[in-house]
Amino acid sequence: MHDAAALREVLPRAVPRRAISNVGHHTLSVRNLSFAIDGHKILKNISFDLPGDELTVLMGPNGAGKSVLLRLLHGLIAPSNGTILWNGEPIDRSIRKIQAMVFQKPVLLRRSVLSNLRFVMGLRGLAKSRSELQPILKRLHLEALADRPARLLSGGEQQRLALARALALKPKILFLDEPCANLDPASVQLIEDTIKQEKVQGTKIILVTHDILQARRLAEQLVFLHRGEVAEITPADIFFDAPTSKEARAYLDGRILI
Amino acid sequence: MQDFGSAFGLAFELIVGFDTDLLAIVGLSLRVTFAALLISCLIGLPIGAALAVSSFPGRGALVVTFNTMMGLPPVVVGLLAYMMLSNAGPLGVLKLLYTPGAMVIAQTILVTPIVVALSRQMIEDLNKEYAEQFRSLVVPFPTAMAALLWDARFALATVALAGFGRAIAEVGAVMIVGGNINHVTRVMTTAIALETSKGDLALALALGIILLIIAMAVNAAVQGINAKARRNAYA
Repeated sequence: MHDAAALREVLPRAVPRRAISNVGHHTLSVRNLSFAIDGHKILKNISFDLPGDELTVLMGPNGAGKSVLLRLLHGLIAPSNGTILWNGEPIDRSIRKIQAMVFQKPVLLRRSVLSNLRFVMGLRGLAKSRSELQPILKRLHLEALADRPARLLSGGEQQRLALARALALKPKILFLDEPCANLDPASVQLIEDTIKQEKVQGTKIILVTHDILQARRLAEQLVFLHRGEVAEITPADIFFDAPTSKEARAYLDGRILI
Repeated sequence: MQDFGSAFGLAFELIVGFDTDLLAIVGLSLRVTFAALLISCLIGLPIGAALAVSSFPGRGALVVTFNTMMGLPPVVVGLLAYMMLSNAGPLGVLKLLYTPGAMVIAQTILVTPIVVALSRQMIEDLNKEYAEQFRSLVVPFPTAMAALLWDARFALATVALAGFGRAIAEVGAVMIVGGNINHVTRVMTTAIALETSKGDLALALALGIILLIIAMAVNAAVQGINAKARRNAYA
């Protein structure tokens, strides 16, 4: 749609999109992925390939398995069956180090804003002086809050800090689990703008959202989950104009999907 | 009642006059208890944190054991420490019996389970919140432990004060291994027990009042720490 088209405008015109993907060879491959808890199947035999240069949005009704899929892709939980490969490598600690995740409810350390950043920089042996961290805070309009206890920030500020902390690690893949749920509009806009910039800089982004309007603004590729299965994977413009699955059509029409 | 009233009067005189014997007893009490608390925290906090974040067979039994040991009877601890430290005991060569060192050991045995059990609970709660984020960030185990201990610092300070309160007010263990020797191992609680039996209520009462003041100060400190933690949303 319009926003997706606008986003493509931001990409360097001289380089065709296919070419970018071939340069990096970054692909997230999922084969026969299943996940069950106590015999209850949450994801059923999912397979897909996500190219590294598209902003992928995971959508689906509540309980479709979106958050579980994101956790599997990040290696936070182990699949019951199937494989997940990033550039042909299984998701282990070293792969997780080049990934980052922002959770729906940000988990911040009981320290100042700056100390929260310092903690993750220390993990990767990155620079962590105040002056070096200031640009990271500034990017998400947090520079004035550097010395505030992180947990006294508003919901939007906390989520911006969680995003700043994830980006400080310079991840190759960024997972976002409903990062803008219940946030103020200014924070939503800032987070969305930052996500778009990251995408342009070559970070693979996989975003879970309930918000159809946000998906329209950001998505280049849609993965629609329903009852633990992939109902469809389509480019965003096709998904929003003419979804191929009846589940996605019903969801976009605002019908209740069980 | 005359005696009772004059005992209070004398007690206040001792306190206000900074009686040297009184100060020596209070000073030794504080030194012994702080030393025991420091050692207990050095041993107990890492154990508590490790128990909080790990799972292994027998962990549940270990947790129950430490929880039970929180209520160890001081006289029993005193007796065990006495047996270990006496000449025939395994630690007899150290010649620590009837020294402040023996009292520190006895109090450490009393306080360490409190530090382990309470810190395990606090850190386990915090770890429930942090665990997934730490896994996402690939935080190495020692770093995660240090971060949990640091972020639970306010809660852990109250744990330490709980241990302090237990140790400073305890009489049975230090009596057995210290022997209540004047100017050597006489602390507030043993002095109170002795002076009361001797009939010197003034000194006993003066020490009792100081003990109460210390207890109040500890509780006020706990409350102050909790208030600060809440203000900063660190609790």
